[in-house]
Amino acid sequence: MPTVNLTYREALRACIIEEMEADQNVFLMGEDIGRYQGTFRVTQGLFDKFGPKRIIDTPIVEPGFTGIAIGAAMTGLRPVIEMMTMSFSILALDQIINHAAKIHYMTGGQAKVPLVVRGPGGAANQLSAQHSHSMEGWYAHTPGLKVVAPATAEDAYGMLRTAIHDDNPVIFTENPGLYGVKGDIELNSGFSVPFGKARVARQGTDVSLIAYSRMVSVCEKAAEELEAQGIKCEVIDVRSLLPLDTETIFGSVAKTHRAVVVYEDWKSGSFGAEIAARIGEQCFDELDAPVARVGGLNVPMPYSRVLELECIPNEANVIEAVQRLS
Amino acid sequence: MKPNQESPADLELYYRQMVQIRAFENRCNAVYRAGKAGGYLHVYIGMEATAVGWINSLKIGWDYVITAYRDHAHPMLMGSDPVKLMAEIMGRKDGYSHGKGGSMHLYDIEKGFFGGWGIVGGHTPLGAGLAFGSKYKGEDRVTLNFLGDGAANAGVFFETLNMAALWELPCIFIIENNEFAMGTRLEYHAADTELAKRGYPFGMKHERLDGMDVLQVRQDAKRIVDWVRKNQKPYLVEVMNYRFAGHGAADNDRQLYRTKEEEDKAQHRDPIERMEHYLLKNNVMSEEKMEAIREEYETWADEVMEKADASPHPDPSEVYDHVYTDMEPEKGH
Ligand SMILES: Cc1ncc(C[n+]2csc(CCOP(=O)(O)OP(=O)(O)O)c2C)c(N)n1
Ligand SMILES: [Mg+2]
Repeated sequence: MPTVNLTYREALRACIIEEMEADQNVFLMGEDIGRYQGTFRVTQGLFDKFGPKRIIDTPIVEPGFTGIAIGAAMTGLRPVIEMMTMSFSILALDQIINHAAKIHYMTGGQAKVPLVVRGPGGAANQLSAQHSHSMEGWYAHTPGLKVVAPATAEDAYGMLRTAIHDDNPVIFTENPGLYGVKGDIELNSGFSVPFGKARVARQGTDVSLIAYSRMVSVCEKAAEELEAQGIKCEVIDVRSLLPLDTETIFGSVAKTHRAVVVYEDWKSGSFGAEIAARIGEQCFDELDAPVARVGGLNVPMPYSRVLELECIPNEANVIEAVQRLS
Repeated sequence: MKPNQESPADLELYYRQMVQIRAFENRCNAVYRAGKAGGYLHVYIGMEATAVGWINSLKIGWDYVITAYRDHAHPMLMGSDPVKLMAEIMGRKDGYSHGKGGSMHLYDIEKGFFGGWGIVGGHTPLGAGLAFGSKYKGEDRVTLNFLGDGAANAGVFFETLNMAALWELPCIFIIENNEFAMGTRLEYHAADTELAKRGYPFGMKHERLDGMDVLQVRQDAKRIVDWVRKNQKPYLVEVMNYRFAGHGAADNDRQLYRTKEEEDKAQHRDPIERMEHYLLKNNVMSEEKMEAIREEYETWADEVMEKADASPHPDPSEVYDHVYTDMEPEKGH
């Protein structure tokens, strides 16, 4: 099998192509994904390759096309729909939360919704208050959904495959800052990454930094700087929020006895707070310090770059939190 | 162009306003390219006649206007300070929102300009709500509710039309049909491309109108604004115009959704050139005077940009201001 070095964006595309070739029931829907090649170019070339029956440009109607995808999924199709940004999935919350997430349960197992909702989530560069949401916490709060947030090109490739094969609605969030990161991908290998398995991104003995999506690389950089100060951080890439691999997280905390949970979402009431709570509940005897959190400021994302940078957690914030623990 | 009863002073005013908007918008693109604005920025180049014709038909300072993210021209026509607009677009302290909003989120509430919204279709019920507010209070205000052809498909827009008709709200829905929703052409996004018909199922008066001939726009707008003010009922218009620029300053891929020939053809509809032609032919203005006006606004736009650029960036401590009216959120990372 050929191994190629691909960007996160290309890795997603490669997986989509392989899955569409393998299964006629897989199709894509979204705004500007076809003729315009996708806002972030994840779907570049797919319209030419697969045609308008399977690469469907929709009007700007997230609730409507999400609902149609859910209905189609109930008939056995496997829609992969793109939210131009996850902020726009707010319009489709009713379809996702009140419909998709409930269907298997309400039908007593009669109906399944093999749906993937994917797209960029989180802040980019001055997109301001209405376009910068981290939505994963809203979804990971909801029983009936699965939620993943890969941080690397390899995981993007392997987890999208798992998402497409999954018979449940899956929210697949991609931070816009990750589209250009590269990784080695073995094409046509069927490589997949199971949900509910965290990844140890860096080994360490002193503090566990627990993160997902783009914050993993922020933690890795912080860990490097802290290493120079003699503090060895372990970085856990959660990558699957729901289901959550508490075994790996708790195992790391049992080793380091200190934990910092790092996430871009608003600090209060986020999924990171849930992770911190679980560590507090389950690892009380292991902890040498209270579980710390580093999250985004609790404000609507401001437009000014100066203010925006103030809101998004960075390496310095992580280092400071670690130093406070030691 | 249509023969009309406008005074020479009004004709000059419309010409000046269109030239001014274009100069401002060209500067915005330059500011963006220079890295002094970020995020998404959408200019109104090619569409000037629509806002000029409609907003000049309002009682400025009394009536309300709301639109989406292509929102630089509207407040300028309502008397907002261009330096404060540009400062906001550059994310500076002296901007209308002190750098919190940016290009897509301009507001000058005092002047009756209510933004400035980034979620396609999301502002259309807000506009109806403005009309609800003025009617409730017994005022005779009119609200102009601008939206794009792409936004005209949004579910919330249909919900809004129903309620606006049901409750007889004095709101004019202006669908600016510039033929594209980002990279998607009208015929790929709308099952029926005659968007004016959106008013029909709700028994709302509706018309498809021109948006490139400023004098025609002005005449239609005056007639409809007067009707809505008098009757206190909604109206829907589809205004045909064209966006000459890319969707936003970051869209460099116009060839993906339209041809060069098509763009060249559209240039013949340029509202500014069309007005110049009219002014010349009817001996209202000489070529030299028009040239002088264009230069005047080039210089003006440079000055606006420089003054805005002199404004400082907001102080990081301002990040918590205005989350609430009366308290601060939980602070810190
Ligand atoms: C709910 C939502 N979905 C998608 C987008 C991304 N988006 C921004 S503008 C736009 C096209 C809108 O076109 P139209 O309504 O015709 O307005 P125009 O840009 O032509 O003025 C899209 C898809 C958005 N802002 N909001
Ligand atoms: Mg449009």
